[in-house]
Amino acid sequence: MTALAHTRYMTLTHLRQLWRQPWWIAVSLVQPVIWLLLFGALFQSVADLPGFGSDDYITFIAPGIVIMTAFFSAGWTGMGLLEDLDRGVTDRLLTSPISRPALIAGRVTQQTITMIIQSLIMVGIALIAGASFAGGVLGIAGLIGIAALISAAFASLSLAFALVTRQEETLIATLTFLQLPLSFISSTLIAPDLMPSWMEKLANYNPVEWAVEAGRAAALGEGGFDVVVTRAGLLAGFAAVAAWLALKAMEKYQRSL
Amino acid sequence: MASRAIEAEGLVKEYPGDVRALDGLSFAVEEGTVFGLLGPNGAGKSTAVRILTTLARADEGTATVAGHHVSADAASVRSTIGVVAQRGGADREATARENLRLSGRLHGIRGSELERRIDELLERFGLSEAADRIVRTFSGGMERRLDIGLALVHRPRVLFLDEPTTGLDPEVRADMWQEIERLGRDEGITVLLTTHYLEEADRLAADLAIVDRGRVVASGSPDALKRELQGDAVQVELETELNGARAGLDRLNGLREVTIDGRVLRARADDGARAVPAVLATLDSHGVGVASVTVARPSLDDVYLRYAGRTFGEADQNDHVEANR
Repeated sequence: MTALAHTRYMTLTHLRQLWRQPWWIAVSLVQPVIWLLLFGALFQSVADLPGFGSDDYITFIAPGIVIMTAFFSAGWTGMGLLEDLDRGVTDRLLTSPISRPALIAGRVTQQTITMIIQSLIMVGIALIAGASFAGGVLGIAGLIGIAALISAAFASLSLAFALVTRQEETLIATLTFLQLPLSFISSTLIAPDLMPSWMEKLANYNPVEWAVEAGRAAALGEGGFDVVVTRAGLLAGFAAVAAWLALKAMEKYQRSL
Repeated sequence: MASRAIEAEGLVKEYPGDVRALDGLSFAVEEGTVFGLLGPNGAGKSTAVRILTTLARADEGTATVAGHHVSADAASVRSTIGVVAQRGGADREATARENLRLSGRLHGIRGSELERRIDELLERFGLSEAADRIVRTFSGGMERRLDIGLALVHRPRVLFLDEPTTGLDPEVRADMWQEIERLGRDEGITVLLTTHYLEEADRLAADLAIVDRGRVVASGSPDALKRELQGDAVQVELETELNGARAGLDRLNGLREVTIDGRVLRARADDGARAVPAVLATLDSHGVGVASVTVARPSLDDVYLRYAGRTFGEADQNDHVEANR
């Protein structure tokens, strides 16, 4: 009970911090829209390649971009925590009766709520741009649920990483290093059949690919329900491990004091 | 025993790289008093506060706060203490009121009771007008007052103030001193204050412990500590060499611990004013010229010199690099 209440207080605190940064809101809303429209236009002719299997590229990449945005922005969750560590906010909270998991869960929840709102906007823009989601409302809900899962997982990993390294530069460098490869070793932008076979094999171990497959299967209503369920299960397991790591990292941080 | 608000016994804390921050630190704080931990930067004061406020764990030793064991019963300690750390730790992107509200909620205070308490604290710390301003826009003094307010929302029994006036303007520091005096006097709250300002400890603390290199080297009330030095400090600046005057000085009644450091002569006297004429006469009879004479009541600086074996300023400088690692 206490843990839930405290998570709620911290989530609201972090949401309010974002709400007070109009530039952040503007950029984080505009960026995925630009990706959607830019990639949609840039790779339009990819859909004409033999073996792509679909001729409607915007419909194909819309779920991919939703997942990519979730994964990209969740990676930055650790930055806010690093700032709090630096200013002594975290230490002050640790001397209060705050539930320890709430310190992690509050940020993950804030990130995930923000992500859900972003996803809804992206889906709306995609529809306006001519995408059609055969999965219907339920399929879109499935896509957003999957985006929330991968967001929670990478937000937790980012927090764990921040707590262990305690350096903004290290977090920035690591994210820059990982984000594009993890996105490209997946079917975010291209049909899996068109990937080199070694990449396709590698993609099987990529959580981003799990999310893209499941999100696309749900939103487009193709590929089968079992794809959604198995990938969602894998992602849930991944998120649970990431959350556990973040909690352990918080304990490690406190032991180092 | 029941009147002990804080008891620390043989606390040891080591950090990687063979840094022994605490080396058997022990002290006790009576309930309802202001207690000072005085020492230079890097003496281990902040480490002690981190352990007593459950933030860090001691490698050895035990400690209780308000009767609760700091590691076995950390949760009870956390709900009875208020902490103002050196770095403050208010959310700078939130308003003063929002900060206070979060603090209260985490301590389980809610609704109209919480709102009343928030208004009370804002009023008391002169922040009513600034209540709904973002903390980032606050002056250093305002932020510090908010920090203290945050630590008091849940009416703690023990308040920890870690270097509360470091980095503040002299004017703001004087205000803060009044505030701390008021806490001890009006609310009966036990305050543990760490400081590296001698005058701050002298003015605020009823009792204090002088900490050097992770240990308590002396403790007692500031007056008692100064009394232990037995007598005033007499300092004479010489114009010429001491020649044969030394033996004569050593024979003078009521003058002790005569030391010579270049052309500065230092000694202790039960009554400084009375000793000066005799000292001057002795020097004069040996033809030693005198540039100036000062007589001073013992200060905490002298106490520190006596117990730590170096002057406070020296220790502060030497240890500064280490403290900032």
